[in-house]
Amino acid sequence: MTTVPDTDVGRYLTADDRKTLLRFITCGSVDDGKSTLIGRLLYESKLIYDDQLTALEEDSRRVGTQGGALDFALLVDGLAAEREQGITIDVAYRFFTTERRKFIVADTPGHEQYTRNMVTGASTADAAVILIDARKGVLTQTRRHTFVVSLLGIKHIALAVNKLDLVGYRREVFDRIAAEYRQFAAALGLTAIQAIPLSALLGDNVLGPSENTPWYDGPSLAQYLETVEVDAGAAGGPFRLPVQTVIRPDLDFRGYAGLVAGGTVRPGDEVRVLPSGASARVARIVTGDGDLPSAEAGQSVALTLDREIDVSRGDLITAGAQPAGVADQFEARLVWMHEDPLLPGRPYLVKLGSVTATCTVTHLKYGLNVNTLERTPAATLAVNEIAVANIAVDKRLPFDPYQANRDTGGFVLIDRLTNATVGAGLIEFALRRSDNIHRQALDVTKEARAAIKGHRPAVVWFTGLSGAGKSTIANALERELHALGCHTVLLDGDNVRHGLNRDLGFTDADRVENIRRVAEVARLMVDAGLIVLVSFISPFRAERSSARALVGENEFTEVYVQTPLEVAEQRDPKGLYRKARAGQLPHFTGIDSPYEPPEAPEVRIDTGIVSVPQAVARIVAQLRATGIVP
Amino acid sequence: MLTHLQRLEAESIHIIREAVAESERPVLLYSVGKDSAVLLHLALKAFHPAKPPFPLLHVDTTWKFRAMYALRDTVAGRYGVDLIVYQNPECIERGINPFTHGSALHTGLWKTEGLKQALDQYGFDLAFGGARRDEEKSRAKERVFSIRSAQHRWDPKAQRPELWHVYNARTRPGESIRVFPLSNWTELDVWHYIRREQIPVVPLYFAAERPVVERDGALIMVDDDRMPLEKGEVPQLRKVRFRTLGCYPLTGAVESSADTLDAVIGELLRSTTSERQGRVVDHDSSASMEKKKQEGYF
Repeated sequence: MTTVPDTDVGRYLTADDRKTLLRFITCGSVDDGKSTLIGRLLYESKLIYDDQLTALEEDSRRVGTQGGALDFALLVDGLAAEREQGITIDVAYRFFTTERRKFIVADTPGHEQYTRNMVTGASTADAAVILIDARKGVLTQTRRHTFVVSLLGIKHIALAVNKLDLVGYRREVFDRIAAEYRQFAAALGLTAIQAIPLSALLGDNVLGPSENTPWYDGPSLAQYLETVEVDAGAAGGPFRLPVQTVIRPDLDFRGYAGLVAGGTVRPGDEVRVLPSGASARVARIVTGDGDLPSAEAGQSVALTLDREIDVSRGDLITAGAQPAGVADQFEARLVWMHEDPLLPGRPYLVKLGSVTATCTVTHLKYGLNVNTLERTPAATLAVNEIAVANIAVDKRLPFDPYQANRDTGGFVLIDRLTNATVGAGLIEFALRRSDNIHRQALDVTKEARAAIKGHRPAVVWFTGLSGAGKSTIANALERELHALGCHTVLLDGDNVRHGLNRDLGFTDADRVENIRRVAEVARLMVDAGLIVLVSFISPFRAERSSARALVGENEFTEVYVQTPLEVAEQRDPKGLYRKARAGQLPHFTGIDSPYEPPEAPEVRIDTGIVSVPQAVARIVAQLRATGIVP
Repeated sequence: MLTHLQRLEAESIHIIREAVAESERPVLLYSVGKDSAVLLHLALKAFHPAKPPFPLLHVDTTWKFRAMYALRDTVAGRYGVDLIVYQNPECIERGINPFTHGSALHTGLWKTEGLKQALDQYGFDLAFGGARRDEEKSRAKERVFSIRSAQHRWDPKAQRPELWHVYNARTRPGESIRVFPLSNWTELDVWHYIRREQIPVVPLYFAAERPVVERDGALIMVDDDRMPLEKGEVPQLRKVRFRTLGCYPLTGAVESSADTLDAVIGELLRSTTSERQGRVVDHDSSASMEKKKQEGYF
């Protein structure tokens, strides 16, 4: 708290407004004293109000870990669930101001969700405070935290060697830890490191120098945070404006609005709009406060251009002479953030800047062990794991490498069904293939091919447990359609696994690839004008929905062959359930691998009450209703 | 180099534009307080020279200060925006009020239930709110884009990670999103911005002689004759102001001589109590805000 007389408020605010901002992240594991350190920083900067202090005193007595003395960790551990468990669950953001600077602290937990939360907190941070318990030294988690910090592009690190009071403030302990850490960090290319001897609990070297460490002449933690130089980053790079929305109050005005993500722009500048590549000059920089003579990174503006070109949400307006790249295949580093693992081949949504598209991970090149930095083989990616991967997107995206610009090089992956944010990606570079594979336009179209068949092309997709009766019904349906003069083909799971997919097993990742290939084959055959019957267990909704997305509207009929697991297991026509129960057949759907029933199939066949001829009649009726069969 | 307020303003405008671009039917929750005033001001800037493409929604309890209603009723005309006022009909019918029903039931039915009803009735899938992370500990962990289930519940354990400036605003049918463009603002930032932009706020924020009674250590303003006085209780004229505004029987005043903007800011800089202290409704337990948010309170 300051003592500013009312007459000086204006002057105080002006000075306050000119302070620079430092965003930093604190990393440490459960017992390193991280929350205590932040609580102490807030307390010492006089940012704790009396009523909060009263609540803190009460809480310290009730649930504190300091024997009734002030437990600063309770100031920051916000959620009730956290207090009960004595851990920090999530990322929390705190604000404090000193005479020289403003700060936003991302406080992230050190336990098992570490990577996900740390990546989130680090994505906007300029610097990191990495806590080490002086009694324990550089641990596996220290390496892990440092790796994640370097991955996200943070270059400035304060190594807070905490709890030095518990090792008698001995200099050799501090020196040994600092030296070991520097050596490790150098391997990651991190050199801007300030090691600080600390006791967060007692306040040594938190705000000012401590009498207990006369041998240390470096800055206190607060001094370091107040003075560390923040890089200009993308602000010094070429102009970038991801277009969020087009403002059109009337027919004469089109403002392309967004937050400048790099460089500066002035009226008259030549700009290039990506991915189209169209060029124009900036006419005006419009804001709610009137037109500006220039705009820099970090400002929200609306640009008008000197000529009419097509610009919409998701486009990137760039400096004319230094445009961003445009590609639909990338190599990227991926951080997985969800309990359901990443499956190569499964479609996800990618959001990069203001553009959203569909993508698949085409190849997991290798995993990165966050503890040892070693490369590991990776078939899938579990929560908190990191990998280098190739990604294919369904449209061309403007981008910069993440190292050049966080906002135009960092993306998130979103699950198409649950809408959860499941992963984060950092673009390394575009894969050149995307320039070389062009789609060939064909003269004879799907419609033309279908016209000589007398029916419309379509996919009839049977899904259900093994032994549910899919193949039996599909076979009977094909006989019926053939008799009606329709040109059909039947893709059966077992048969395709003997040929096209014989290299695939039954892990979740292989099941996804199995369905992806069959869906692509079905699409080609629909292009050829056929009615394609697909009979696969196809246990996952995501793959069925992507198979649906491959063909046109009304060209996909999902048939859910519904049989209770007990009944299918009793039938067991191929003896597979018996083997699975005996443990001889791992990853068997329904036993130790999940089946996700369709939420809204076009046809639902309950084999307990519907006979095979009845099932066929129902499906044919559905195909007639949608105009596929005349 | 950009100033602190310029950075905050730009970030908030980016959030508002992103939210509008990614939703079908957005709405701005307008509570008539200072944070709402700043939010509305930012929304006007975000789409200039067009009007913000969404209405304002005031979830009314009929128990707000009269001065709040006076300012609210000028907003639509002054800014050319649509204002929807919603009052939970069940509350009107049952005459829910803080005196006979208690603060928890009053707030739960008028505000929490009323908000849910209004969002459902108009089919809004995204609602802007003026909450800030510095207000309260459980707010510090909330995302800028915060998802609510079809029952309007907040699940703190199922929050989406938010990286860089990328916000995931996708919802499944029935779900909705609450968006907090002022997440990174502090109370001082809000006042500084009001001063810089000359944003009109309710005069109750400035000290004046007002009739108050002291109840449970809080100074409650007798704003109209609906307030039952206890035996021997006589309203006294004292020079007071409010740090936050809500239902007048539930909002404590502070004694103050700060009758100008600069004096208010000066007082804030010297203050030793937090903003929410005046809110009777928060005091039930230290985890009470988190509990209310899970139930659907904004």
